[in-house]
Amino acid sequence: MDLSGWTERSPGVWELPATGVMQVPGIVYASRGLMAAMDDKVAEQMRNVAAMPGIVGASYAMPDAHWGYGFPIGGVAAFDADAGGVVSAGGVGFDISCGVRCLLTGLRREQLMPLRERLADALAARIPAGVGSTGHLRLNAAAMDAMLAGGARWAVGEGFGDEADLERIEEHGQMPQARPGCVSEQAKRRQREEMGTLGSGNHYLEVQEVDAVLDADAAGAFGLASGDIVVMIHCGSRGLGHQIGSEFLVRMAAQAPRFGLVLPDRELACAPIHSDLGQEYLGAMRAAINCALANRQILTHLVRDVFDELLPGARLPLLYDVSHNTCKLEDHVVDGQRRRLYVHRKGATRAFGPGHPELPAALRAAGQPVLIGGSMGTASYVLAGTVQSQSRAFASACHGAGRAMSRNEALRRWKGRQVVDDLAAQGILVRSPSLRGVAEEAPGAYKDVGAVVDAAQATGLARQVARLAPLICIKG
Amino acid sequence: MQPRIARMNQVGRARWEHFDHGADVGVRGIAPTMAGAFVQAALALTAVVTDPRRVRPLEVVEIRCEAPDGELLLVQWLNAVITEMAIRRLLFGSFEVQIDGHQLVARASGEPANLRLHEPAVEIKGATCTALAVRRTNEGWLAQTVVDV
Repeated sequence: MDLSGWTERSPGVWELPATGVMQVPGIVYASRGLMAAMDDKVAEQMRNVAAMPGIVGASYAMPDAHWGYGFPIGGVAAFDADAGGVVSAGGVGFDISCGVRCLLTGLRREQLMPLRERLADALAARIPAGVGSTGHLRLNAAAMDAMLAGGARWAVGEGFGDEADLERIEEHGQMPQARPGCVSEQAKRRQREEMGTLGSGNHYLEVQEVDAVLDADAAGAFGLASGDIVVMIHCGSRGLGHQIGSEFLVRMAAQAPRFGLVLPDRELACAPIHSDLGQEYLGAMRAAINCALANRQILTHLVRDVFDELLPGARLPLLYDVSHNTCKLEDHVVDGQRRRLYVHRKGATRAFGPGHPELPAALRAAGQPVLIGGSMGTASYVLAGTVQSQSRAFASACHGAGRAMSRNEALRRWKGRQVVDDLAAQGILVRSPSLRGVAEEAPGAYKDVGAVVDAAQATGLARQVARLAPLICIKG
Repeated sequence: MQPRIARMNQVGRARWEHFDHGADVGVRGIAPTMAGAFVQAALALTAVVTDPRRVRPLEVVEIRCEAPDGELLLVQWLNAVITEMAIRRLLFGSFEVQIDGHQLVARASGEPANLRLHEPAVEIKGATCTALAVRRTNEGWLAQTVVDV
């Protein structure tokens, strides 16, 4: 990215002053190296977001920011409804509430390794993954609406998991004010056979080993010790969320003139929060968040079943579940005043600091777990929100490494079979129905996640708690 | 954005190609007519998942959509194809498209996705408005946008 026009206000905090139609400045949290490697489109998209009505504070970008749709991926922006603020379907993204959850297993590496091949095969057989895969659950109309209103709480009520899981999920597993009636029949049809499916692309389920503890106190609070085995699940609201994102993007783009909105990029399609369209979208988007939470809860149940068969007695309590693509109504202090704001996080994780009332009692002293996904061959990380997090980008942090190249470029460079064999030689078992998909997701196609989490820590977005190394990867 | 993969079809000047967009894929159709460009863009969409030449026309699905302008019509068209692929678990290898004003009627032909036959790479979530364009060029009509995968 061309750094002219940017000022490094403090180490790793880069500011683009508000000029022209920008109502607020742009702020990126990143090292100089990460800044230089970012696409110029990130700056262009941040400027556009900074010009949206009712934006508060700044147009933010995380260390893993890259060119997205309207908003940069890794973008954070908050809007005040009473100041004409808007909600943007593009600012949330197509995979609404795509996120990560981490399960503890209580197992040690030496207990897992003798069973690793069998576990990989059993997980691949049990977890529906890849293009066209379907889940075992079929929801009728009433059950669909109950799921969309209830989220993970609905799933637990249906026997998928434990009540104790719910306090380890944002919003305690149930996004309030969801409106299933605002979700189209097409979206519901698209989801009918997709409950409990992983999806494809960058979605995965990994069995990982804690290979470094980086903050002993927080790791202790999170139940993580070196050599422990954990399971990480990365997926979202599946077809239902995709359909809602697609439908509202077009509706918002078409109706922009009615609201007097001039869009520099149609992907920034948005609607005033106080408008009927804005409220419809919020209701549907919240239902999609519940769909994602229920989906990850069902997948959790499937994983527990597999572990129970191969490692009887193993319990897999939930460490935490975070969502990346959301718009949530939150309280934040801005210029000394507490305000209710609609915070868009597009490819960014909420990172509440220690003491936040939303956090479960067992985690409150350490701060919210921030789960950073890897890329088959590279590490994942557990971070924690910090005291400073609250004053940085509305308590937000990074979400992953971000791609370094396109899918077509990855296909030119790697063959799926070779990637699987190379990773097996490194001790990582990959199971996937699509070798082409594996090639597109080759570890080399992603940026260095270590540089991203280093920048997150250096700038106070979150602090590093533990590094996780992959042992088994189930890819869609 | 330079085209990364291009395929000619039997129509001669009509073709599709992909262009890069960071994490995702741009789909572009070029043809003598707007409807032809929409056909080619849909073939480019299928090619994100599999080689469209490997998809047999065993089932036909009728698709109708409309939008206030040509660009949003392209988004609606590609989203309608994506929705039908997802709901019916189909892949489409050929398309017939008629456009009247900003209304579109189409027939999409394909078959159920098959891991062995098609080796599908990735699901498509939706068509975005990024790099969205529907316009005449020196080569004919161009229809393009980025799809989220």
